[in-house]
Amino acid sequence: MSTLVANEKKGFGSTIWDYLTTVDHKKIAILYLIAGGFFFLLGGLEALAIRVQLIKPMNDFVSAGFYNELITMHGTTMIFLAAMPLIFAFMNAVVPLQIGARDVAFPFLNSLGFWLFLFGGILLNVGWFTGGAADAGWTAYTPLSTTSPGHGVDYYVLGLQISGAGTLMGGINFLVTIINMRAPGMTYMRMPLFTWTAFVASALILFAFPALTVGLFLMMFDRMFDSVFFDAAMGGNSVIWQHLFWIFGHPEVYILILPAFGIFSEIIATFSKKRLFGYTAMVFATVLIGFLGFMVWAHHMFTVGMGPAANSIFAVATMAIAVPTGIKIFNWLFTLWGGNIQINTAMLWALGFIPSFTIGGMTGVMLAAASADYQYHDTYFVIAHFHYVIVGGVVFGLLAGTHYFWPKMFGTILDETLGKITFWLFFIGFHMTFFIQHFLGLMGMPRRYWVFLEGQGLDLGNLISSIGAFLMGIATIILLINVVKTSVKNEKVGADPWDARTLEWAIPSPPPFYNFKQLPLVRGLDPLWIEKTEGRKGMTPAEPLGDIHMPNNSFLPFIMSVGFFIAGLGFIYQKDNLAWLSAVFIGMGIALGCMLVRSLKDDLGYHIHKEDLQKEAKE
Amino acid sequence: MKDWMGKIRTLSLFSFLVLILSACGKENLTALAPKGYGAQQSMTVIIVSILVMTVVFIVVMIIFLYVMMKFRRKKVGEGHIPQQVEGNHKLEVIWTVIPILLLIIIAIPTVAVTYDLADESQMEDSININVTGLQFWWNFEYANEEIQTSQELYIPVDERVYLNMISNDVIHSFWVPTISGKMDVNPDNENTMYIEAHEEGVYWGKCAEFCGDSHSLMDFKIVVVSQDEYDQWVAAMQDTDPEYTAEAAEGQELFANSCISCHAIDASSTNPVVGPNLADFGNRAMIAGVRDFNKENLVEWILDPASIKPGNGMLGAPYLEENSISEEEASQIADFLMELKATEEPVDSVEHFRENESVHSN
Repeated sequence: MSTLVANEKKGFGSTIWDYLTTVDHKKIAILYLIAGGFFFLLGGLEALAIRVQLIKPMNDFVSAGFYNELITMHGTTMIFLAAMPLIFAFMNAVVPLQIGARDVAFPFLNSLGFWLFLFGGILLNVGWFTGGAADAGWTAYTPLSTTSPGHGVDYYVLGLQISGAGTLMGGINFLVTIINMRAPGMTYMRMPLFTWTAFVASALILFAFPALTVGLFLMMFDRMFDSVFFDAAMGGNSVIWQHLFWIFGHPEVYILILPAFGIFSEIIATFSKKRLFGYTAMVFATVLIGFLGFMVWAHHMFTVGMGPAANSIFAVATMAIAVPTGIKIFNWLFTLWGGNIQINTAMLWALGFIPSFTIGGMTGVMLAAASADYQYHDTYFVIAHFHYVIVGGVVFGLLAGTHYFWPKMFGTILDETLGKITFWLFFIGFHMTFFIQHFLGLMGMPRRYWVFLEGQGLDLGNLISSIGAFLMGIATIILLINVVKTSVKNEKVGADPWDARTLEWAIPSPPPFYNFKQLPLVRGLDPLWIEKTEGRKGMTPAEPLGDIHMPNNSFLPFIMSVGFFIAGLGFIYQKDNLAWLSAVFIGMGIALGCMLVRSLKDDLGYHIHKEDLQKEAKE
Repeated sequence: MKDWMGKIRTLSLFSFLVLILSACGKENLTALAPKGYGAQQSMTVIIVSILVMTVVFIVVMIIFLYVMMKFRRKKVGEGHIPQQVEGNHKLEVIWTVIPILLLIIIAIPTVAVTYDLADESQMEDSININVTGLQFWWNFEYANEEIQTSQELYIPVDERVYLNMISNDVIHSFWVPTISGKMDVNPDNENTMYIEAHEEGVYWGKCAEFCGDSHSLMDFKIVVVSQDEYDQWVAAMQDTDPEYTAEAAEGQELFANSCISCHAIDASSTNPVVGPNLADFGNRAMIAGVRDFNKENLVEWILDPASIKPGNGMLGAPYLEENSISEEEASQIADFLMELKATEEPVDSVEHFRENESVHSN
């Protein structure tokens, strides 16, 4: 009886227990996928409610207050609880495999990051059931957010603080993993582009999230402990929040889009049967976008009254980002050029992305022009623009990644017919919903409008937009059916169903829990492709077969996150009744207790013995 | 610089684009058919950037479609293994340098217009109006003329008017798309912008910064009038002493009991601003910014402001909490309010607006 066998054939209860305690990056990836997918559906429902409200002028489908909760939670959920975790799902599933590692650098931290995100996300949504969710917009501009009555914004502050800590841990983890755990021969300039983008995105997380953390702490003190950081009447300043938020918020956009670029780069190279064109330029463009991403935050604030000098500087800096982004678009096009293009669902998403994202980039440059932005700002033009980049870029990337990496994660291939139906419905619905919104904005429709008046020439555009949203909703339902159908059918595929190029496809689908029996020797970019062109079946090992050191599972991350969740509730409700401070102490006690246990108790992991690995190979 | 801009605008291509774009939207709301200096300047930058970006988009799409047609598996054959190209330095340089040049084309007018629209050199010789944004209405104080009004801002045509804006509560944003781009109205500091309208009329203004429940109903108007009309209006506002008919006497008394503590009816009042100043109310283009101007709507507003603008400041009024005003009394107050006029008749623009615009709300 070895640990290898122990992992097979388990009851439902022990599977649940396994996932609650797992530190395996592949299982954590699945947890991220499920949780992120759930929040994506939730945010989608909120979006549909918004579009029903705006289907005709002066509609009364929802009240003004509830509408504000819907828009706030739609944005917050989609960015922090859907897009980020889904990115993390693929980073977890793929990055260690792509660099030839057996796990991430800090498996325990990886698990803690997930549970913090999940409990933070749940905390954010508790408000729905206890008298109102956050209602000050996902940007939570002060003083609207600091003066918003009820506990809605408190949930926003504590929920984001907790899930943000999880994200920060994830970012640090991937930085260390990519720096330290690459297989022999995997130099930086041989790393697949998805790994590169995950690397740069992690660096952005490391530098951007602290700004959010600080902002949220200040807001927490303003709301719960009567400080006045953002209160102009008391000598505070409300514009500071906007700076803090966007110093985080703009890099956040690149945290989301860069890994999506990485996914597209993998897919386009694989299904063109070509090496990524201009790999070096692509890497430098990624790093440059990441760097410039920190220099442009104030382009969200052109109308704040910063003066023409600041506006001009941030306008030009923002335009500069178009250059590396353009480099990327052209390099993808030239990867396709002269290739052998196979069109399947994953590739459809990648191909649909190119024109969609180019439109988003165009309007991005248009918005960067400060003196034109005076008209676009805070209108549906902006809504249209960032949905073109976030849906047309990030969501398309996530859906492409879902189809492309599904075999590696689950060992099955998603149904191609249903996949293509999903793509076309979603693609058409997406452009219907958002293209018209550029015009709605310039025709005088500001964003975050609960109703629009009759006779303002906005009726038709809004109707078209709402219909498009429903097409996207139907497409998402078909995707769910596809997932169920594929899982029920459970037709297993081999290690390399796409005839792909990178290391993750060199090991079985799904990979064994130790990933690589022997670490592979990497001899260039696209290592698997190199071996295949030289007639070999798989990678050449870089080491003899030996014992493999593995980390132990742990329930501590889950308990610790529950502790923070309880403490969060305590912080929120001590405003009404100081008795709730006991929840703060209990919650923090649990969390700190877990940290103490983790620090004092040696957890040295275990070894998979060489003999067991050999025995397994024979079976 | 300005001449150079003028030349650009006269290019026929531009006028052609403007023509297409002006087909979009309501003429006194849309940003696409500018009738003011700021909106025109922004439009110039919008058009320059659309043109440049369209060129880029077309290039991308041509390559994209060519590639999609030429290199499909069906065309090149199932087993074809393409040459594994590393990249091409010349191409990389081309698609780095050309975009930089294109961006410079956009950046120059952007920066020029940004500075132009922030110009405060003529501030002292111009009309200065102190704008205050409040949840969910606007107060306008003419600094030198010493008059105050709310919701409808009168300015003379072709005249530069400076707006010094501050908020009394949360952040708002002042936006009249057809006349000029927007500027935030912060509680922290006074923001200044200028507007200059080129055509008489009543223009829709919107609050563009999310400010709470009735953010979408915080509409206001800019009434652009001839210089003569403006001078008459100012003179009349400086001396608002309306004569009431006998029918309004009861309404006046009710108003004095229930409303006057928040609403001034004297345009030269210098009391702290609590609720909208109702001087010249009888000449308003709309009621509460979002309802057609008629008595029925006004009575409804007095009796039930919550259902028209959720969360507005009037909800705390004692008369509503005590439910102390009957429908008949509300009607009398409405009679009184509609007689509050600085000038005998509304200006032509407002008359025209009332006749031609309707938001049909009940």
